[in-house]
Amino acid sequence: MNANAGPRPPDLRGAYPVSETELRALHAQLAARAESAGLLDLAYRTIDSPVGALLLVATPAGLVRVAFASEDHDHVLAALAGQISPRILNAPQRLDDVARELDEYFTGARRHFDLPLDFQLSTGFRRAVLGQLPAIGYGQTASYAQVAAAAGHPRAFRAAGTACALNPLPVVVPCHRVVKSDGSPGRYRGGPAAKQLLLNLEAAA
Amino acid sequence: MITKPPFETLVTQHGPMVLRVCRATAGWADADDAWSETFLAALRAYPDLPAGANVEAWLVTIAHRKAIDVTRAAARRAVPVAELPENPAAAQAGPADLDLHAALAALPRKQREAVAYHYLAGLPYREIAAILGGTAEAARRAAADGIAKLRHSYPLGEFR
Repeated sequence: MNANAGPRPPDLRGAYPVSETELRALHAQLAARAESAGLLDLAYRTIDSPVGALLLVATPAGLVRVAFASEDHDHVLAALAGQISPRILNAPQRLDDVARELDEYFTGARRHFDLPLDFQLSTGFRRAVLGQLPAIGYGQTASYAQVAAAAGHPRAFRAAGTACALNPLPVVVPCHRVVKSDGSPGRYRGGPAAKQLLLNLEAAA
Repeated sequence: MITKPPFETLVTQHGPMVLRVCRATAGWADADDAWSETFLAALRAYPDLPAGANVEAWLVTIAHRKAIDVTRAAARRAVPVAELPENPAAAQAGPADLDLHAALAALPRKQREAVAYHYLAGLPYREIAAILGGTAEAARRAAADGIAKLRHSYPLGEFR
């Protein structure tokens, strides 16, 4: 590109090959050091599930976000960087318990989640609605109006529907158990098919 | 509004470049330490980095300081030994091109750093001058002198 620069500059990068294995080891070490130094504001991993790949994200306080593939995991992480903190690393270890309990849930072996949850992405009435959802037992369903009433605002069933549709912790906080009064599934972050799959799973177990 | 990408993106995009730079400046044996220290310090400071900043230059600036730290610490730890200990794993993990690596390691520090930051990190001389001190022209000259010495001691004819 520069005619008077003499011989073309050497490609020194060839003398410094970097392997995927080396980088993986360095990355794992960085995640561990960041965790013990208290610098890992958000740790994440992905797992495979019957409802597709799930992104799991946790703060030091607990699980803060579960995202379906349809939400675009990269997009979700970019949004969390702005909403919570850009100190985000792929650090599976913090999500080990979450991954294990979800695995047990999807095989039908688990009916309750016993995990620390971080609800900071939900506030006000939405947060109140999410707080009512664990009261709907495994394999049971409730209507949006019932959930709105339980959260203290019987007429706010539309807002209850929105709170469920925007649940940042789907599957673990069981918004899939809230259905329309006519029995049809209603809105769901992972799509109606995923919601029906979870309802069928619980009905069969 | 520009929002900062997740830190993970920086590690995957620039991790290989930072490792090459650390190997060239801190040496092969201390490069992993320098890499870890660089990204840990970067993670700590990341929330304060202005959105839209030159991330490569920022990472190389941190790597520059960390390479100095780890080589100083290694020098303090070093004790003379009668014989070199055998370490086949380290030998296997060594540079693919020992001659070039040795030639680069033999350069004066400033030339080696200027060569690494320009040819391995791809930084313009203006950014390199900000890291090394001095002018962009001095950084360009240091890199040119370094490359000239490399051409002298290494068959750079292989490079096109």
